Amino acid sequence: MEKLIQEFSLGLFFWQAVLFVGLLFLLRKFAWKPILNAVNDREEGIRSALASAEDAKKEMQNLQADNEKLIKEARAEREAMLKDAREIKAKMIEDAKGEAKAEADKMIAQAQAAIEAERKSAIADLKGQVAALSVEIAEKVVKSELSDKQKQLGLVDEMLGQATLN
Amino acid sequence: MQRKTLIKLLSAFVFLLTFASCGEKPTTTREERKQEVKEYVQHHLLDSHDFSLFSKTDENGEVHHYGFPLPVIIWDEGLKVFSSSKFHHGETVAEVDGNYYKLEHAKIYKTDASGTLNYDQDNHPTNAKPIDLSITKGVFMMLLTAILMFFLFRGLAKSYKNNDGIAKGFGRFFEPIIIYVRDDIARPNIGEKDYRRFMPFLLTVFFFIWFLNIFGLTPFGVNVTGNIAVTTALAVIVFIITTFSGKKDYWKHIFDPLGDGMPWFGKIFIYIILVPIEILGMFIKPFALLIRLYANMTAGHVVLGSLIGLIYIFQNWVGGSLSFGLAFAISLIEVLVALLQAYIFTMLAALYFGFAVEEHEHDHDHETEVAH
Repeated sequence: MEKLIQEFSLGLFFWQAVLFVGLLFLLRKFAWKPILNAVNDREEGIRSALASAEDAKKEMQNLQADNEKLIKEARAEREAMLKDAREIKAKMIEDAKGEAKAEADKMIAQAQAAIEAERKSAIADLKGQVAALSVEIAEKVVKSELSDKQKQLGLVDEMLGQATLN
Repeated sequence: MQRKTLIKLLSAFVFLLTFASCGEKPTTTREERKQEVKEYVQHHLLDSHDFSLFSKTDENGEVHHYGFPLPVIIWDEGLKVFSSSKFHHGETVAEVDGNYYKLEHAKIYKTDASGTLNYDQDNHPTNAKPIDLSITKGVFMMLLTAILMFFLFRGLAKSYKNNDGIAKGFGRFFEPIIIYVRDDIARPNIGEKDYRRFMPFLLTVFFFIWFLNIFGLTPFGVNVTGNIAVTTALAVIVFIITTFSGKKDYWKHIFDPLGDGMPWFGKIFIYIILVPIEILGMFIKPFALLIRLYANMTAGHVVLGSLIGLIYIFQNWVGGSLSFGLAFAISLIEVLVALLQAYIFTMLAALYFGFAVEEHEHDHDHETEVAH
């Protein structure tokens, strides 16, 4: 202890105190404050950059989710449209088929009606001709028979036997 | 591979060194050399009034010093400034304005013209001592360190501005250390609220001690941080800062450590003992700081000096290379100690500042507080 006190140099103490305090104030003004501020600013910058990156990531995710949702909706819509179209197609075909059938039925019915009418008119015509022919035959028969009585009677019988009426 | 070449180089160096020491004919006895080494180491530990790089004794026994003188500033009935070359390394008496001064063990004494010193029974000179404010070797080194630090850290500070907030240049190496001091010394010990105020002091003291410790390890070794006056100055500054930044809780902790937990007539008997201890603690804390730094650095220098001195005492192959190897190993450890001591000083200073600015809620504190 005594040696320590002996060694103690007031001059060195004085200079150390003065130099150190001077250095402290100089460095505080010219070095530590700017350095610490710069480091702080940089750390703030990094922090905010990280935060904004995180935000951007979230935004990205949101966008992606939105996109997916949109795609899903679009897909669903397409499906629905396709389904509608298919239904419409089926319905149209169905309708067309029904209409065609009806038309065909109608045409067949008309044709049948026409055929019936033709037949009827033909029969009527035939009947008239048959009647006229019969009257002619009968006239001829009557004329010839009136000349030969026996023969007249035989002819009438024959004629009647031959003529088969419809 | 690299390691092998390093070992080869080292052993070659040791080999040459021992040869060199063997080549010289030992002209002194081992005892004399021991005494010489002891004196040399002791001299090295002290501050000196001139900057000597090395000294040499020639054949005639005359000592030649190589280095440069430093200004001597003393106050003895007026300011006197002169060059330390006037002392001739303590061998002659310096005459200034009709007064005579002599240098003895790095101290200046006022003497008569022939330079007689009167000693008391403890072998200390009783001559009058003028107030010595010389720029000694230590002060010179501190100035150098201060200038170096100023330009280094100002350069770092500027590089942020010129380089978009990113450090550039040599100062960049120190940026992580600055951040370390902030995040691992100041913040946890002082607290998030107050640490900013103490940062300039902590950073300055950390780098100042570290750099001076490292300079102490160079061959021109100047034992600045191993000087009791230097560490005392640092500790006094710590004490002043602690005392002046002490908040209400700090003083309450010293003068009323038990708080309202006990009636006054109970406390008074405890306080007769407790309060003086607390007051003493205020001074012991910085005192421990100054002794720790002084003792560690001085011890390092003594060990290194002695080990290097051993090479000259042994003057043979085995002892020489062994001492060199040991000195080399200790030097490496001293580099670590240089950093470690700077760290410990800063750390403890931060801890004391933390005590001073601590604020706590008054319900749960005292049981834990008394415990420490």
